[in-house]
Amino acid sequence: MKATVLKFAVAAGLMAGVATGAMAQQKSVTIGVSIPAATHGWTGGVVYHAQETAKQLEKGYPGLKVVVKTSPDGASQANALDDLTSQKVDALVVLPFNSDELTNPMREIKKRGTFVTIVDRGLKDPAIQDIYVAGNNPEFGRVAAKYFVDNLKQGNVVVLRGIPTVVDEERVTNFEKALEGSGIKVLDKQYANWNRDDAFKVMQDYLAKHPKIDAVWASDDDMALGVMEAIRQAKREDIKFVLGGAGMKDMVKKVMDGDKMVPANVSYPPSMISTALGVTAAHFYTNAPMRGTYTLNAELITKDNAKNFYFPNSPF
Amino acid sequence: MTETVLRTGAEKRRFNVDMRALSPFIALIVLVIAGALINPDFLTASNLLNVVTRSAFIAIIAVGATFVIAGGGLDLSVGSMAALTAGVMILTLNNMGTGDMGTLALGMLVAIGLSAACGLANGLIVTFGRIEPFIVTLGTMGIFRSLVIWLAAGGTITMRNFELRELYRPVYFGSVFGVPYPIIAFMVVAAVGALILYRTSFGRHVVALGSNEDVARYSGVPIWRVRTLTYIIQGVCVGIAVLVYVPRLGSATPTTGLLWELQAITAVVIGGTALKGGIGRIWGTVVGAVILELVANIMVLSNFVSEFLVGAVQGAIIIIAMLVQRSVHRGR
Repeated sequence: MKATVLKFAVAAGLMAGVATGAMAQQKSVTIGVSIPAATHGWTGGVVYHAQETAKQLEKGYPGLKVVVKTSPDGASQANALDDLTSQKVDALVVLPFNSDELTNPMREIKKRGTFVTIVDRGLKDPAIQDIYVAGNNPEFGRVAAKYFVDNLKQGNVVVLRGIPTVVDEERVTNFEKALEGSGIKVLDKQYANWNRDDAFKVMQDYLAKHPKIDAVWASDDDMALGVMEAIRQAKREDIKFVLGGAGMKDMVKKVMDGDKMVPANVSYPPSMISTALGVTAAHFYTNAPMRGTYTLNAELITKDNAKNFYFPNSPF
Repeated sequence: MTETVLRTGAEKRRFNVDMRALSPFIALIVLVIAGALINPDFLTASNLLNVVTRSAFIAIIAVGATFVIAGGGLDLSVGSMAALTAGVMILTLNNMGTGDMGTLALGMLVAIGLSAACGLANGLIVTFGRIEPFIVTLGTMGIFRSLVIWLAAGGTITMRNFELRELYRPVYFGSVFGVPYPIIAFMVVAAVGALILYRTSFGRHVVALGSNEDVARYSGVPIWRVRTLTYIIQGVCVGIAVLVYVPRLGSATPTTGLLWELQAITAVVIGGTALKGGIGRIWGTVVGAVILELVANIMVLSNFVSEFLVGAVQGAIIIIAMLVQRSVHRGR
């Protein structure tokens, strides 16, 4: 039976002419993508990479259609998911605002037989997701801490935290845990909301408060830029370097150019949405098993490998 | 006997009025003393100058907000307006390219022009549309914010020309006789604001409008013109704040100016302006802005407040500062 179908297909393909690719076009797959709107640098990067990858995949896999929807907040994301499923998508790739809120809507969607891929923030019930592509926040803190231990060995460090969230908490607690027993002491840690202006203010205050700071863990590139401006204003020579994170193009460029204040960075790539899209598309077009959890490494970006992390066209 | 009583009564009243205007300054002094007790580094000249310089944006914006609020209005769009103005100004500078004074002057003109236009739009919709300013400016807040996100494509708008950046940088970081330019800028803005509010007929019209619109109308105050002008003044103040803001970090992001509207309104109220309109205190507003920034500074300098509780302590300090003010002029 199978053989007959195959023969028929081959025959049909030959008749239509292989050059037109008619055979491949018989397959039609639609992937819906729901991501946060570009409200800050990192999500801006997510949107950019989602759109770029959608174009590439549509070119590479004939018959594939990728629909990208952005939402400004959690509630509108739930609505966007409704819109997407009503368009009869075969798979959904979702980067949730709040994974708790989205767990139930996603369960309903899954029940209808849609293939579900979740990115960055996992659902409460892992049974719902077919594929989970996760950034590694604890690792993000550990890699940063290891850089301080290896390069500073001994000294005083100040920390700027992001917005009080699980992401921030995982990063900072693992950073501190990894520093235990080393010669590095955390003098101070304050929230600066992943915001340049707030980081500038907090750093000014750190500089007034602590006469000797050896290095700064800004934990984010936006904050690192504010920190560096404050250091420059105070003309302080004691600070050896500032370690940011997430791999913003301006900062990766500085690493590439060998800037002394910015010797390294830790990746937390918004392009993880591309990984998720690629794996999801491959699920429909190849026979290789794709279901599972993919944890991306938080990698140390140094002068040697910086060019692999540099995307000059991305807004982030 | 009667004479004496009468005389003290009159003196008391005059003293009372002074205390009311003075109370924000008293709260400021109390905070400075508290700061000095918490950390001796607080009183260093560099720390105090940093804090006052930092408060310049909010102070300048809040001077404009004093007009709007004294006139019985409200402007929630100032933070987004600042972000949009900063974004457009930087894009203009980037597209002009050359690193000379002419380019900079043009960029500044664009900034002031745009923010004044934004203020005009707010004012016209409020007056001619007869819609609550809360709703109008909530709407424009969303519009301005989205426009800057769109212009930045979700990323960052950064000054690309290095020469221009270095040329402009001193406007935030430079100083004359040890006084940083931003401090001079907000003193000048406040002085001009005080002059307009207290010494011109327009200023009296604003206050009249804020205390009772109907009475003001029957007294021949040109309501729509006065009201629209307060929003334009607010817009121009936002523009001036942006001129001082852009040289600091040389960039605008979708999070630029987030919640500035709330800080500006808080500064105005701490300064003694009534939220329901009818009273405007420019110098109080400026002190209010400095108080807000001081509280944040003291939080970071203190060693005993966990970073998780900073917001709670900050809120409590502001409420206590207001209670102290109130008791000062009630106790007399």
